[in-house]
Amino acid sequence: MHARAVTHALVGLEPRRVDVEAKVHDGIPAFAIVGLPDRACAEARTRVRSGIASAELEFPRGRVTVNLAPAGLRKEGSGYDLPIALAVLAASGQLPRAELGRNAAVGEIGLDGRLRRVGGVLAVAEGARRLGIERLLCPPESAPEAALAGVLPIPVAHLADAVAYLRGELEPEGVPAPEAGDAPPCPDLADVRGQERARRALEIAAAGGQNLLLAGPPGTGKTMLARRLPGILPPLDGDAALEVTRIHSVAGVLPPEQPLVRTPPFRAPHHSASTAAIVGGGPGIRPGEASLAHRGVLLLDELAEFARPTLEALRQPLEDGVVSIARAAGRAVFPARFQLVATMNLCPCGARGDPGAACVCTAQRLAAYRAKLSRALLDRFDLVVAMPRPRAVELAAGASEPSAAVAARVAAARRVLAGAELRRTPDADALLSRAVDRLPLSGRGRARVARVARVIAALAGAERVESEHLAEALAYRAPQELAA
Amino acid sequence: MNELALAVFASETGAHLLREPGGARWHAHLRAFDAEAYERRLHERGLRFTARLPPLLRSIHDPPVGLFVRGGAPLGLLARPAVAIVGARACSGYGASVARSLGRELAAAGLVVVSGLARGVDGEAHRGALDAGGLTVAVLGCGVDRDYPAAHAELARRIAETGLVVSEYAPGVEPAPWRFPARNRIVAGLAAATVVVEARERSGALITADLALEEGREVFAVPGEITSPLSAGTNALIKLGAAPLTSVADLGVEPAPPEAGSPLLELLPASADELVHRTGLPAAEIAAALVELELLGQVVVRDGTYRASVHR
Repeated sequence: MHARAVTHALVGLEPRRVDVEAKVHDGIPAFAIVGLPDRACAEARTRVRSGIASAELEFPRGRVTVNLAPAGLRKEGSGYDLPIALAVLAASGQLPRAELGRNAAVGEIGLDGRLRRVGGVLAVAEGARRLGIERLLCPPESAPEAALAGVLPIPVAHLADAVAYLRGELEPEGVPAPEAGDAPPCPDLADVRGQERARRALEIAAAGGQNLLLAGPPGTGKTMLARRLPGILPPLDGDAALEVTRIHSVAGVLPPEQPLVRTPPFRAPHHSASTAAIVGGGPGIRPGEASLAHRGVLLLDELAEFARPTLEALRQPLEDGVVSIARAAGRAVFPARFQLVATMNLCPCGARGDPGAACVCTAQRLAAYRAKLSRALLDRFDLVVAMPRPRAVELAAGASEPSAAVAARVAAARRVLAGAELRRTPDADALLSRAVDRLPLSGRGRARVARVARVIAALAGAERVESEHLAEALAYRAPQELAA
Repeated sequence: MNELALAVFASETGAHLLREPGGARWHAHLRAFDAEAYERRLHERGLRFTARLPPLLRSIHDPPVGLFVRGGAPLGLLARPAVAIVGARACSGYGASVARSLGRELAAAGLVVVSGLARGVDGEAHRGALDAGGLTVAVLGCGVDRDYPAAHAELARRIAETGLVVSEYAPGVEPAPWRFPARNRIVAGLAAATVVVEARERSGALITADLALEEGREVFAVPGEITSPLSAGTNALIKLGAAPLTSVADLGVEPAPPEAGSPLLELLPASADELVHRTGLPAAEIAAALVELELLGQVVVRDGTYRASVHR
């Protein structure tokens, strides 16, 4: 007897249909899975056999062969357990075969037959919907995620439930519509004392979605500030939220209590991270930190400590908003439109910019440290703020503004920026050309200052970009000492 | 035309030559040397050689045979009143700001700023002179066609546009540690006065100061914090009798008339945040005001600290 279940494999974020065919022949009892399964997928043999026994069903006697078609596509992970088990049961006549073809399935089976959550259910559900399959059997924790794709999720906690449902013996439970769960708490800006200039730059970066570099001695609150950026960004709207959820689902980092990601993601990889970990890749072509930060914030703490090739690899996503990865196993394109925030010391010993310490760096070491940031990468930062160590009086200053107040201004400015483009007054134009001569400012630098000035004008609620907005924008240009 | 042959020979042998040497090697060199062809090749690369040294440089006890020159300015530039600004390569933000604004003020007053194109103080002094649209001369310890340090290739190009890049070494000569002290005697020799901005206790800038003193030129040192190792050399110079430089007026330069003085200038040096706290103004306003002052040349910023230019 022969039976077929449907599921999907993921190539990058793209679902590809996979038919799970099972056949039971006469012969010496054996169980084989073919069709390029990886280690986790091949081990389904043991889990499926045990799961079927636990569901008080019968594993067929004889030779059982499962083929995952198309056979040339690599199958990864444990999400094939459920379709394999169902196909085997249908092939041995314990399930109506016709019913199996009307439901897609995904999920890992435990030795006790219970279903476990796997990553990428949203993409699998989207694949099912594209094929016109309306229902998806999946673990209950994954059901809200599957519902986002517009299919009807059938939450099944145990393999026995899935079988009962397909036999028509069990009414599926309704799945509550995914709601925005409580966003994980983001640290508040009110905790940061002093650092007025950096706070202001953070606000501008949030309003304009611009890249920010904070440079200063250790312990001045660079990282503390950077971590507070997501808290002042507006929440993600429908399409963006779905896009981010899909990436996080594939990477398996979706929190179960929050099926739809509505807060802009925040990723802070350590500087020892490999290039593949940052931009994506690996044998299975997984999204990297750059893609996990899509529509959110990528924080590179201690920028100059990252490997140079890793930093250079970020130039493509910074330019195009996508990462394209080609590997022997196939190719994938991941969206990666993130806002880059980076921190660094002003010199390798960290004493520069600190009135209480003397820098002991030699000219060569300093030059080597700064040379790590290529001109090209430094050019990607719209706002650069040098943060010298604050004096005690500044730290003792009164309470700072909370994130909520800043977020309101950011949201208002974003609405203004979405409308007609703000134009410069003649005064502002004159100031810009003076700055180009005097500072001097490159063509790229000029365009960047003009962009930042527009955001500052929008934050001020002005109708045109005045010279004071432009002057302030000039204060956040990359200082020449970092460039040389 | 023997000077050119001598200068090339000196570069090749690494010798410091004042007079025509004897010996078989020199005679072989002289026989093989085609001065016309050599000059033509220099000319093709936009370079020149001059054996006619300006009087100040000629009067030092071991003047070079001649100078190789890059840049389009007339050679008379070397004879104009000049001030040398030298100091540490790994300078502090203070040293960099002072060098920058000194370069700016002196060039604006019509003096030629001479320095060594090194990182740190030297580079800032050249940049300051260029900021003011003034003239500056860079003296290299390698061939004038070599971009050393590489990070200053663009700076050297800008200097050569209006000023001069000179060296006693023939084009193609590599930078070497022992050539820099020799270079310093030319820096000191070209200038009527030498200003040391920041120097550690055993710094190359102090060699320049010593050479200037030996030739009877004026030496100024910019005082620094007594706790900063970067100012140990300059403070020691002052102790030895060098004149402390606290304003360009010390050099006999009329300071630029103070433009409408901003009250912020009184609070410097300070970071932007300190100004926010001391004035109570919002960060946005302080940032805009500081940029205006920066464009007027009244403040210089380094590593986040703003300092007033040295013209008061």
